[in-house]
Amino acid sequence: MNTIHTAVGHSFDRLDAAEKATGQAQYVDDLYRPGMLHGAVLGSTHVHARIRGYKLDAARAIPGVAAIVTGEDFRASRTGAFCKDEVPLARGKTIYLGEPVAAIAARDPESAWRAAHAIDIDYEPLPTVLTIDEALAADAPLVHEDLANYVKIAPSFSQGNVLWQCRVEEGDINAAWAQCDVVVEDVFETAAQHHMYMEPCGALAEVDRSGRLTIWSSCQSVHLVQQRVAEWLAIPMGRIRALAPKIGGGFGGKGGLHVQHLAAALALRTGRPVKIVLSRVEDFEMVRSRHPARIVMKTGAKRDGTLFAREASILLDGGAYADESPAVLSFAVLMARGPYRIPHLRSRGSVVYTNKLKASAFRGFGNPQVTFAGESHIDRIAEQLGIHPVDLRLRNAVDAGDRWVGGQTLPACGLRKCLTKLRSAVEGAPALAPPAPKRRRGIGYSAFTHISGLLSTACNIYLRSDGSVAVNTGVVDIGQGSDTALTQICADALMLAPDRISFASPDSDSSPWNWKTAASRVTYMAGRVVLAASLEVRDKIVRQAAEIMECAVEDLEIRPGGLVGLKGVSGQSIGFGQIASHAINRLGGPIMGASSLLFDGERMDPKRALVEGFAFGNIGAYIFGAQAVEAEVDEVTGAMRVLRVWSAHDVGRAINPRMVEGQIQGGFVQGMGYALTEEM
Amino acid sequence: MTDAVDVTLTINGERRALRIAPFETLLTSLRDRLGLTAAKRGCNQGVCGACSVLMDGRPARACLSLAADCVDQDITTVEGLSTPLALSPLQAAMVRAGAIQCGFCTPGMLISLTALLQECPQPTRDDIRTAISGNICRCTGYQKIVEAVVDMIAASAA
Repeated sequence: MNTIHTAVGHSFDRLDAAEKATGQAQYVDDLYRPGMLHGAVLGSTHVHARIRGYKLDAARAIPGVAAIVTGEDFRASRTGAFCKDEVPLARGKTIYLGEPVAAIAARDPESAWRAAHAIDIDYEPLPTVLTIDEALAADAPLVHEDLANYVKIAPSFSQGNVLWQCRVEEGDINAAWAQCDVVVEDVFETAAQHHMYMEPCGALAEVDRSGRLTIWSSCQSVHLVQQRVAEWLAIPMGRIRALAPKIGGGFGGKGGLHVQHLAAALALRTGRPVKIVLSRVEDFEMVRSRHPARIVMKTGAKRDGTLFAREASILLDGGAYADESPAVLSFAVLMARGPYRIPHLRSRGSVVYTNKLKASAFRGFGNPQVTFAGESHIDRIAEQLGIHPVDLRLRNAVDAGDRWVGGQTLPACGLRKCLTKLRSAVEGAPALAPPAPKRRRGIGYSAFTHISGLLSTACNIYLRSDGSVAVNTGVVDIGQGSDTALTQICADALMLAPDRISFASPDSDSSPWNWKTAASRVTYMAGRVVLAASLEVRDKIVRQAAEIMECAVEDLEIRPGGLVGLKGVSGQSIGFGQIASHAINRLGGPIMGASSLLFDGERMDPKRALVEGFAFGNIGAYIFGAQAVEAEVDEVTGAMRVLRVWSAHDVGRAINPRMVEGQIQGGFVQGMGYALTEEM
Repeated sequence: MTDAVDVTLTINGERRALRIAPFETLLTSLRDRLGLTAAKRGCNQGVCGACSVLMDGRPARACLSLAADCVDQDITTVEGLSTPLALSPLQAAMVRAGAIQCGFCTPGMLISLTALLQECPQPTRDDIRTAISGNICRCTGYQKIVEAVVDMIAASAA
């Protein structure tokens, strides 16, 4: 195949940057529809309580109130991605403080809010479960009494407040410890974190005369919005059209529903458009967080620094509902080895229900918690053996051709290069002025791995009669710039300027299925289908040109700027527009390309590893990186300041280098907040 | 509830007459009544800076300002920073530097930086950081926002 380098690898300005810089970009709260009502959501005032009844009269009496819905108005079964435990609004009982219990539509936001808070709910408080230990206690109150009857997508142990268990084992861990010269064991605890996307969650739903819904929302997938709203409203998916305006950040927090189904239910009740946008406080209380974790880890090494054994026991606090917890747990269990050759591994974990905000997907997806534990252990072993922390990492770093946990072969790996470059950058950096008295400095290193390949995605492309190209993937750009990167991939394959390509805004009516913008997967997964569909279009363009020019396909080449010409004969060319028109009017019909893909990497080998309760099908496409931080601690106050940061990432081929830098810088600062300042 | 009051606001050089509740914030007037949605409702409590506007050239939180209190000031929103045909040099620099990701904080950033550059045309990196210290960005890590201003100053000096 020809390798063409035109658009890929260049730092094009983002397609939407000018629109965002002028304030023209529209997010869901910037949308207004004729006759639109405003919604408000009432959160529960109890951590765990039976709902004995609702008094709605005072709320109904507030002028301008158009509709009220409570949990009793939704009769659909419980739903969920992995364990079907969730209800659209609390029903029968509320299981965390702030859980949505009612929603109201009214003529203006103030009336809606006042009416929501005029609802009188008769609660009977129940004993609560607020920590992992309380959840696991022998006589613990149950968050979900009916857990045994919930539908789950994969077999896993679940009982009491234990929602899911997962285990991955390789080698012979019990025999391995005796062969280690140094063994460290610690307990690591991490806190919850809120996604804190700048745009609070919101949705606008409108119903037409035939009863069909259109839902604009701040989301990470229009297809999942369509599917989940259909489930909760118990209506066919075809009666819902889900759209995404500009999205003000997600980081995993908008991966599931928030208020889309409530706006939709109120729109169906009233026959009018209903917009609900959560306040910042409601967003904190109602949406989702990162899992708090407690990890007991034991790592052993030989005297020469060879890592030999690791045992990780991971407990995640999943909060009130499962959401993506089984997958987060599974990923944490898988990543607990870190990017190192450790032949003997036992990694297992449980995620428990508590009466707290549900925890779910958040940038890293269980990986940050276990990487914090694992990298801390690498440093402890380095210290005990008197080996430089980078040397210890280099000695054990995985490489291309190595097997991953579960036996997948790594086709490529830049970890050693990252570590080596990182070390030279740190050692080559000019020294800072010495610290003030009572302040101490240090440089810390870490290495990590993550995935980019999972689940499925699709793309269709067609060539317009003027030779421009329409790309449709259903991928939601949540702010990271995927519209631009995917456009560049198409532009590169067809040797067109990016402005000859239009990238369709995601629309569940017309866009092909895309799972979601999550798991660092879009550029890799959607990029592959965009490339495949573009190459199909390119082949059809050349074949059509061969018919027009009455020559052999092999004699033709595509040229920059939308031309096909005779190889070696300059000037002998025709344009994509003429080719498209010929196809449309004379031969074969419109030129289109389509591609669909389910992640196709090597699967886990059941003969190599013991795997139980793993909530994913197939995942892979591993990426690697290493970072160093120079930090200063005030010995008196304990205050910590990060002075300098170095990051080295194996990103593969950067489609848009400046956007890649933006992801690394932004991800680092978010991680720094997680480590040093954020709590909830 | 108190009755409505009549106010006339001066926004981006235009006089706009409104009848509003006395407790209505400037942010609500801008967004929900005047269709000027560049200023964002990020927290509605003065923390995130996404609703920033210029009042007589100084940055202010529209979510903490009562519209009825703003009748004597010249209010500038991001809609007033550029012409329909051309970005301001600062906007263009933000686009070029990759300083915009999700874009939700961008209007507030532009307001704070516009105010800085009016007061101090040659700011240092520290000046830039201080100027945007009241604007939260969750995507970029702030680096490229600072670089956008540095690059713009360097380009105008060249």
